[in-house]
Amino acid sequence: MVLKAFFPTCCASADSGLLVGRWVPEQNSAVVLAVVHFPFIPIQVKELLAQVQKVSQVHVAVLGTWCHRQQEPKESLGHFLEGLGAIFSHDPWLQLCRERGTRFWSCKAYHQVSTTPDKSIEDQVMLIFYDQRKVLLSWLHPPTVLPDCQAGDTTASAGGLADIFDTVARSEVLFQNNQFDEGPVRLSHWQSEGVEASILVELTKQASGPVCLLLASLLSLLSAVSACRLWKLWPLSFIRRKLSTCEQLQHRLKHLSLIFSTQKAQSPTQLMKKANMLVSVLIDVALGLLLLSWLHNNNRIGQLANALVPVADRVAEELQHLLQWLMGAPAGLKMNRALDQVLGRFFLYHIHLWISYIHLMSPFIEHILWHVGLSACLGMTVALSILSDIIALLTFHIYCFYVYGARLYCLKIYGLSSLWRLFRGKKWNVLRQRVDSCSYDLDQLFIGTLLFTILVFLLPTTALYYLVFTLLRLLVVTVQGMIHLLVDLINSLPLYSLGLRLCRPYRLAAGVKFRVLEQEAGRPLRLLMQGITVLCAFLPL
Amino acid sequence: MEDERSFLDICGGPLTLRRRYYSSYCREFGLSSARLSLRSVTAVTCTVWLVAYGLFTLFENSMILSSAIFITILGLLGYLHFVKIDQETLLIIDSLGIQMTSSYASGKESTTFIEMDKVKDVIVNEAIYMQKVIYYLCILLKDPVKPHEISQVVPVFQSTKPRLDCLIEVYRSCQEILARQKATSASP
Repeated sequence: MVLKAFFPTCCASADSGLLVGRWVPEQNSAVVLAVVHFPFIPIQVKELLAQVQKVSQVHVAVLGTWCHRQQEPKESLGHFLEGLGAIFSHDPWLQLCRERGTRFWSCKAYHQVSTTPDKSIEDQVMLIFYDQRKVLLSWLHPPTVLPDCQAGDTTASAGGLADIFDTVARSEVLFQNNQFDEGPVRLSHWQSEGVEASILVELTKQASGPVCLLLASLLSLLSAVSACRLWKLWPLSFIRRKLSTCEQLQHRLKHLSLIFSTQKAQSPTQLMKKANMLVSVLIDVALGLLLLSWLHNNNRIGQLANALVPVADRVAEELQHLLQWLMGAPAGLKMNRALDQVLGRFFLYHIHLWISYIHLMSPFIEHILWHVGLSACLGMTVALSILSDIIALLTFHIYCFYVYGARLYCLKIYGLSSLWRLFRGKKWNVLRQRVDSCSYDLDQLFIGTLLFTILVFLLPTTALYYLVFTLLRLLVVTVQGMIHLLVDLINSLPLYSLGLRLCRPYRLAAGVKFRVLEQEAGRPLRLLMQGITVLCAFLPL
Repeated sequence: MEDERSFLDICGGPLTLRRRYYSSYCREFGLSSARLSLRSVTAVTCTVWLVAYGLFTLFENSMILSSAIFITILGLLGYLHFVKIDQETLLIIDSLGIQMTSSYASGKESTTFIEMDKVKDVIVNEAIYMQKVIYYLCILLKDPVKPHEISQVVPVFQSTKPRLDCLIEVYRSCQEILARQKATSASP
């Protein structure tokens, strides 16, 4: 196999020194993590590597030498570098060299088997440049190492390039010393100019511990209250099932307890899920507060309350017109006058009751609306769910009409189908769940046929009432459905992932691509490894 | 080492195969199809605008003309960015993997990289496409659970669709590298 040397782009301009990293024998590849500069004491370098190995469980070792010839080539440096191979023995021993003035590098790999350098190996080394910062910050490596893994073992499931990224990610402790530390060994890596950190992030990390604990305990108290047996009693459980506000509140409670749970996220997907939930809760509350401020401005609630009763009156009036139309000759159809009048008057009386109820409630509406409007500070989704519930309550009479019309129609259809079977001389066998022939008596046949005829002639009237009220109910359900769709959208839109895709695309890398850099015959092949950004890989739903 | 040859695709259009041998274990094949011709763009634009003008004379609404212009521009941009593939490249590196890149006419590039551990073989397969029997090059991937079985077939050069003579060239080079890889991985 070709020997692959993964070299960080930040070390390409570093001074000469030793290459420190990990050798992966299965892939025949050497992952260079940092460069140790002259002067150094070999004992201290070995101590540092042992320390790093203990903390990070990554088998770091000295892999070879790096020579950056900025001045005239010195012969003594060459011999000195070769001598280092005896102190830090490693098989194979790499020698990377970069000349001044050319962009091409030379790379030799010596195996311990033969004492003389094997010239034919030079062609078979491949240099792959990688950006350490991007590889570290993107989640291309498998999740945290298993606790029973020994140092130097490779995880059985990770293979190929995932192993390389895992190595870089786990050696974070090596990247903590920078050039401003007064340590004995001078390293060069992506953080050697100074560890990258932000004050806000550190402060948030310190503060998040106790805050999470406090909020988690509060939320667990709330969940315990909501799960208590009191709610399972009949009227409360029925109301709870029907109102979408309760469902939304429970949903949000679950989300919040997940966000503020004291467990750390196990994998990048879980972390993204938590972050998405947090962002959606924040946006929700922000929109809710906006809505609240808009409502309480200019006494809009009073205006809404004043407008509500006339609107309800108007709806009732329209329904009454509709019923009068049905009681006449709707669309030119001729209805059965008696049944028509009965049904029409029944529904009209119902509407009258409803209007009286609304008028009874009208002094209290403004107060109710004001208090309900305060709940918008819990979030826009809660406000929308309350709106949907209010619509459901205000159109309760339409729901009742639909139920009456559907029941009548249903009874009629059952009666018709059963009497049709009688008309043909058949019967429904409940035991065998099929239609059997049956011999009826004469009087049974006579009455059955009579009833059948009556039902058939009353069918258009009932069917028309059923159709009209079903359409009205469908309209109300559609409006409620749109509101619920909006609520679901706010709940589940992964805004954090979208923002990450726009601002930090390398975090969402889900693959790599290679680019062949300029090459000269006889020199080792040089490739540049970059991440490919894909949005869909990290969209946990 | 670099060379260029011209071939035909399955519909008879011209293709150019550009081979680059970076080293004995790394090769790249780039297939470029014909660019978008000015003639076809002009023809489509003129048709759309004539139809729009005809509708305008019928309905006397100037929104039709502006929407026709809008549709033409958006359609052209969408075609260049999402549909028209100018070049497809296959980069095969021994002991690293196989990379396939498609570059669109607007400059967008989409890349897929398959690691060598997952590659079982590269073959030329036949398929019945409408009324023709065509040949296509594809990569067979190993099943991670059962290493002797094939889990996926990944076709290569899907939009340039070269003919068998071009595919044989690419196939031979790929097989040389894969044979090398199998030989070196078999010996410790």
